[in-house]
Amino acid sequence: MKRLLEEKVTALHGAGGLVMDKLLRERILPKFPIRAAGPIGLDQMDDGAVLDLPPGRLVFTTDSHVVKPLFFPGGDIGKLAVTGTVNDLVVMGARPVALSLALVIEEGFPLADLERILESAAAVLGELGVALVTGDTKVMGRGELDGLVITTTGVGVAERVVPDSGVRPGDFLLVTGPVGEHGLAILAARNALPVETPVESDVAPLWPALAAALATGGITAMKDPTRGGLAAALNEMAQKSGVGMEIEEERIPVRAEVRGLCELLGISPYELACEGRAVLAVAPEKLAEVLSALRAHPLTQGAQVIGRATEHYPGKVILRTAVGGKRFLEMPLGDPVPRIC
Amino acid sequence: MRELFSLRDPALAARFRELLRKLQPREPVRIVHVCGTHEITIAQYGLRSLLPETVEVLEGPGCPVCVTSTQDLDCALQLAERGATLCTFGDMTRVPGTRMTLEEARAEGADVRVVLSAADAVEIARRQPERPVVFFAVGFETTAPGTAAVLLDNPPDNFFVLASHKLIPPALAALLSIPPVAIAAFLAPGHVSTVIGAGAYRAIAARFRVPIVVAGFEPLDVLYGIALALRQLREGRAEVENAYPRSVTEAGNLRAQELMRAVFRVGPALWRGIGEIPASGLYLREEFAAHDARREFGVEGRLGEEKPPGCRCAEVLLARAVPTDCPLYGTACTPLTPVGPCMVGAEGACNIWYRYAGRPRL
Repeated sequence: MKRLLEEKVTALHGAGGLVMDKLLRERILPKFPIRAAGPIGLDQMDDGAVLDLPPGRLVFTTDSHVVKPLFFPGGDIGKLAVTGTVNDLVVMGARPVALSLALVIEEGFPLADLERILESAAAVLGELGVALVTGDTKVMGRGELDGLVITTTGVGVAERVVPDSGVRPGDFLLVTGPVGEHGLAILAARNALPVETPVESDVAPLWPALAAALATGGITAMKDPTRGGLAAALNEMAQKSGVGMEIEEERIPVRAEVRGLCELLGISPYELACEGRAVLAVAPEKLAEVLSALRAHPLTQGAQVIGRATEHYPGKVILRTAVGGKRFLEMPLGDPVPRIC
Repeated sequence: MRELFSLRDPALAARFRELLRKLQPREPVRIVHVCGTHEITIAQYGLRSLLPETVEVLEGPGCPVCVTSTQDLDCALQLAERGATLCTFGDMTRVPGTRMTLEEARAEGADVRVVLSAADAVEIARRQPERPVVFFAVGFETTAPGTAAVLLDNPPDNFFVLASHKLIPPALAALLSIPPVAIAAFLAPGHVSTVIGAGAYRAIAARFRVPIVVAGFEPLDVLYGIALALRQLREGRAEVENAYPRSVTEAGNLRAQELMRAVFRVGPALWRGIGEIPASGLYLREEFAAHDARREFGVEGRLGEEKPPGCRCAEVLLARAVPTDCPLYGTACTPLTPVGPCMVGAEGACNIWYRYAGRPRL
C-alpha cells in the first residue's frame, strides 16, 4: 500500500485528509519558489489568496490545458499551462503578478510524471518572478479523463490595456518570431507525421520580452496566435477592429523545416498553433521604437513586419502570395489534419 | 526543397505576369484542368488574380473522390453491411451514397477503415484471415498501379478489390464531346501524366483541335502551363506540350503501365455528374476474379444518380460552373457540413475554394 501511494496518484490523494495534505506539502508546494503576492499565499493553505497589487488596471484570465501527449518536444503540459496564462496576460498589456493552478488527475497517474510536470511549471514561474498563490487538486477515476488536466488562472496589472480590437488603418502588423512550431511539434509527438522532425514547440513566456515594447505605448492591439495560429489571430483582430489587413506572405517568418513539412503534409503553417509568439499592431510613428525593443530580447529578436492594416475589406485578411497573387487568408475551419492523398 | 522554392520566385513571377499580359486573348477563354492539386496551387497562391481578365481557369473532374459514382459507393456500402471489412481513402468515407455515407455505416456498426494505400488494406487482411477485407479502390492512373501491384504480389485469399479506378484521357474526350462545349484548352495533370506520359493526350489534341499542356504543381509551373496554352491559342495551334519535363516524359512510367495492363481491363465507367464515359474505367481481369469483390459477392449498385436539391456539383465537375455559382456554396454546404461531393473531397473544387477563399479575383 505504501509503495502504491508513493508511485501513483490514487483516489486517496484527491479525497482531502492526510494523504492529500502530505502530497501537497511534500511534493507540490515546495517546487514553486514564489508562493505569495501578499499577506496570504500558498503556504497558509487558506481558502483563498490575498494579493497586494501594484497600481494599474487588473487583468484576469483563465485557461484549461488538455494537451496530448503531456510531454512533447520543447515542453510539457506544466510549462504550457503556466505559459499560456502568462501570455494571455501579457498580450492584454499586463505584467503578470500571480497565478492559481488546479490539477485534475486520473487515478493511477505516475507521481514521477506529475513531479516533472510541476517542476517545469515552477521553473517558468520562478524565472518570471510570478507567484503561485493558490491551487486545487482533484483525482478522478481511471478512464474518467485522459491523464491530467491543468487549469491556470492569472492576474496581472496593466498601465495601458491592449485589446484585440485596437488596430487602426495604417498600423503596421508584426509577428514576434517564426510561426507554426508548437502545432507541428505536437503533431510529431503524436506520431502523426510520416517523417522524423527536429521541430520543437516554441512554448515560452512572452514576459519580459514584450515589456519594453509595451512601454513605448505604440502597440495598439495584440494577440497570441495559439489555436488556429496566425490565420485565426489576424482574422480575429481584423474583425474586432473593423479594419482590413494586407499581409505579405514572403515576410511571414517560418523556419525552413516547418515550411517543408507543412508542404509535405498539405497543411498551412499559418493555421498551426504558436505558444511563444505574439501578433502586434503598431502605430506607424512608433514602429522603429517597438521593433528595436523587440529585437533586443532573444525571444523576440526575429520580430518581423508582415503587413499593414487598411480601410479596404474591413474584417478580412488579404494575403499577397510569394508569386504576387492575392487571396483572402481565411479563419481556419478546424485543426489541420494532414491530407492523405 | 530549395529548387522547388525557386519556382515561387517573385522576380520570375513578375516576368510570367508580363508574359501572360502579352498573351491576353481578345475573346474570353476557358482553360480547364482536371486535378485537385492544380486547384490547390491556384487557390493557395491566388493565381487567378494574376491572369488576364479574359482568361478563366476551372477545375473539371479532377477529384477522384468526387467523381466516384453513387453506384460504386452503394456497392461498397452493401459489402460493409454484409460484414466485410471495408478499406478506403479518408475522404471517400464522407461522400453520400444513395442511403448514407460509409462513415454513417460505420456508426451503425459496419467495419469501415481508412487506409493510405492498397498495401495497408492487404496488411489488414493478413491480420484477420477469418474475415473478408475489401479495398474500395478509387483514384486515377496515379493510384491504380498501387492496386495492381498488391494484386500481383500474391495477396491473401480474404483480400478483395472493389475496382473503381478511372482514366483521365477519356474524361478529357468526354468533356469535349458533351455539348455545349466551351473549353479552349486543357492543363493536363502532372501526377497522372508522369504515369501515362505526355503522348497519351496526342490523339485527343488532334481529334478535338484543342491545346493540351502538361503542367506541374508549383505556382510558376501552373502559370507557365497557362502561358503555353495561351500562346497555342494565339498562334492557332492545338498540340500537346510538356511544361513539366522534370517529371513527365513522352512515354511515361512504363513499369506502372505494365502493372496496370497486367491486372486491369478497360471498360465503361460511371462518373458522378458526367454519366457513363466509354473506356474510362479499370476492372479486374479474369485471372484476378478470385479477388474481385463484385464477382465474389455479387454486389451491384442501382443505376441513376441521386442529386441533393440545389447542388451544382455536376456542373462543377463538367467545368461549366465554379463553386460560387452554386446557391448552397458556403451557406448550406461547407467542408464541415458538405452537401455535394465537391465539398467533401479535399481535392474537390468547392472544398478548395472554401479553404483558400479561392474567389476568382481580388
